[in-house]
Amino acid sequence: MSDVLEPFRDPGRLRGLTHRLCNLTPSKPIAFMHVCGTHENAIGRFGIRSLVPRWLRVIAGPGCPVCVCPPAEIDAAARLSLDHGVILATFGDMVRVPGRISLAEARARGADVRVVRGVHDAVRLAERHPDRQVVMFAVGFETTACTTAAAVAARPPDNFTLLLAHRLIPPALHALMELPDLRLDGFLLPGHATTVTGTADYEAFAAATNLPAAVAGFEPVDILLGLERLATLAVHGRVEVTNAYARAVRPAGNPRAIGITDKVFEPTDAPWRGLGVIPGSGLSLREPYRQLDALDRFGVTLDPDLPESFPGCECGRVMVGLVEPEDCPLFDNACTPSSPRGGCMVSLEGTCHSRFVYREVRND
Amino acid sequence: MCLAIPMQLTAIDGPQGVVDTGGVSCDIRLDLVETPRVGDYVLVHAGYAITVLDEAEAVETLALLTELGVMDPESPE
Amino acid sequence: MTDNVITLGHGSGGLLTHELVRDLFVRAFSNPLLDPLDDGAILPSPGGPLALTTDAFVVSPLEFLGGDIGSLAINGTVNDLAVSGARPQHIALAAILEEGLDRALLERVVLSAAEAARGAGVLVVTGDTKVVERGKGDGVYLTTTGVGAMRPGFPRSDRGPGPGDVVLVSGPVGDHGAVILAARSGVELQTTLASDCGPVTDLVEALFEADAVPLFLRDPTRGGLATLLCDLAEAGGCEVAVSEADLPLRTETSAICDIVGVDPLHLACEGCVVAVVEADRANQALDAWRVLESGAGAQAIGELRSAGRGRVVLHTRYGGARTLLRPTAELLPRIC
Repeated sequence: MSDVLEPFRDPGRLRGLTHRLCNLTPSKPIAFMHVCGTHENAIGRFGIRSLVPRWLRVIAGPGCPVCVCPPAEIDAAARLSLDHGVILATFGDMVRVPGRISLAEARARGADVRVVRGVHDAVRLAERHPDRQVVMFAVGFETTACTTAAAVAARPPDNFTLLLAHRLIPPALHALMELPDLRLDGFLLPGHATTVTGTADYEAFAAATNLPAAVAGFEPVDILLGLERLATLAVHGRVEVTNAYARAVRPAGNPRAIGITDKVFEPTDAPWRGLGVIPGSGLSLREPYRQLDALDRFGVTLDPDLPESFPGCECGRVMVGLVEPEDCPLFDNACTPSSPRGGCMVSLEGTCHSRFVYREVRND
Repeated sequence: MCLAIPMQLTAIDGPQGVVDTGGVSCDIRLDLVETPRVGDYVLVHAGYAITVLDEAEAVETLALLTELGVMDPESPE
Repeated sequence: MTDNVITLGHGSGGLLTHELVRDLFVRAFSNPLLDPLDDGAILPSPGGPLALTTDAFVVSPLEFLGGDIGSLAINGTVNDLAVSGARPQHIALAAILEEGLDRALLERVVLSAAEAARGAGVLVVTGDTKVVERGKGDGVYLTTTGVGAMRPGFPRSDRGPGPGDVVLVSGPVGDHGAVILAARSGVELQTTLASDCGPVTDLVEALFEADAVPLFLRDPTRGGLATLLCDLAEAGGCEVAVSEADLPLRTETSAICDIVGVDPLHLACEGCVVAVVEADRANQALDAWRVLESGAGAQAIGELRSAGRGRVVLHTRYGGARTLLRPTAELLPRIC
């Protein structure tokens, strides 16, 4: 059994793919961008950057929803928990992200912040504490947004609301392409987001940008297969979207998840740390579900004037792949995982955190 | 984003299910997948199954790998 | 009416305190040094250097598969003494109880501590009990302080760990941390995995008996194996090269780490030791460990190299290599 698992962790297959990749002969150095923190984390954990040929650079794009979450939303979460006495439920990654204060600091000052595995656990908290207000601070891309939508569609109790910070990936990719200094030869597409959304948006994106793309999964063989397929396309100058994660990703995605998301949410303009406001890149509740908006219920407004980052912090440019973490003057200096200055250093999926923790060693 | 891991569905109770990997199990929600069956491998993200993994497609990917000549465990570095 | 829970009266120093100490603690730990209940225990002199250590224990949940705060508090201090090169002998135990604590749970914890003490061959010779108001504690906090006589010839005077030496681990890593993580509120995974909580005295003894006196000896508790290896690299002023494929790791521990998104090398062990020995002593050390139940999974996991001073390099099973660092903050389950 388990054909879906073990073969994709096989070192022999990985070596074979590495060998194929190293045998390609591009006429110039190639740079691919992935837009998924889990890719960055897996690439670091398996030591994949030390395996790929020197001519191939794998850049981390804005793939961590925690890192792109602007301080205003973290600040709103802290205020909801401190000033309004709610139980604030969120993912572990959000707890230490710096805003005016982080949620970890808010908790130290008396806020009731609970780490949950998913939105459903936050709904259960609301059911167990009918006398309290429970707010789920919902971050994440399409993959996570559909779980929030499912919880909304399943009619949560009246004491449950949402602080929404979901973001959509395709609008961000289009915004990226507007950046003048970014030179890319292809995109490694996030296998879990595309599991939900399918590949149609990315077909259009590839056509519009004239760049190839490959959907990749997260086991070591999946990632190498994605890189090898993508490099082969790039070397031969072919523009298409190839799916190297077909056991999870279907062209039409997960129609049920897409349907629930569309029923509950509508796109809205939203700010990204490092990228500014991107049209249609956020999600807000459709009319029938508006009473679930925590900002409305508690009369909290987002403060758009909060400074985005610590002076000198390069998160904004790291996040879009314009500079490497090591190029930031704060990296491993004023900014470390134990004392993070920017979002990229906080989340385990943040580019700076991953790079700090998984420093690769080249023996060649 | 999107830490999701493949786990095997071992029980189904309406919109809830139980999944297992490596002798560790937990409850998940099945709201987002059509007709899951016990024994299926599902991708679990944030406590929800977001898809049922397609074994036929997995086999096809492995066939592609063989076709690319990467089956040889002795392949040089 | 107060039979079933701990009340502030149990900490008043009056009759209730006396009864609690007599009926529970003294009965469980009874020995000639403790039983007089004097203000201090009078210990025989070992006639050589002593090791002294203390540790505070807070854990949630208080009871977990493979142990509880009681066995953890005894074994934690026993193990700190053992890896210091001492033979653990006497323990002092202080308990801070929270008002409202279930008396039956306290009894289980104390009996478990007593059993752990017997298992490790140590005597609990003095102690203290206080009760704090409800809401000001987490059920039970335990502090143990232990002494033991140092073995002759340790730490070694000839040399410390250096290039060419081999790093050994006595068994699967991260089990204790994984069990606690799986039980954590908000994670709640079901597993039959048990904590490795237990004494490492036999493992240490076996090294000395096998004439493989370690150049470095430590137990990878809080901070996990990664933290220990970083300490080793810094202490030895050399590079520690670790092979991921050789790391003993239980399937369940690995699965819990995959699900929660944490590194098993950052998870605590509570019954495991890491030793550095000369390369030509590695096999006899491993053989000596593997005949013990607690050392059945022993492995050589890496070696010390002269390059890259002070860093730990993990060679992945995929041919890649990366540095290994200490964990940075609270291990939070990550979703994104």
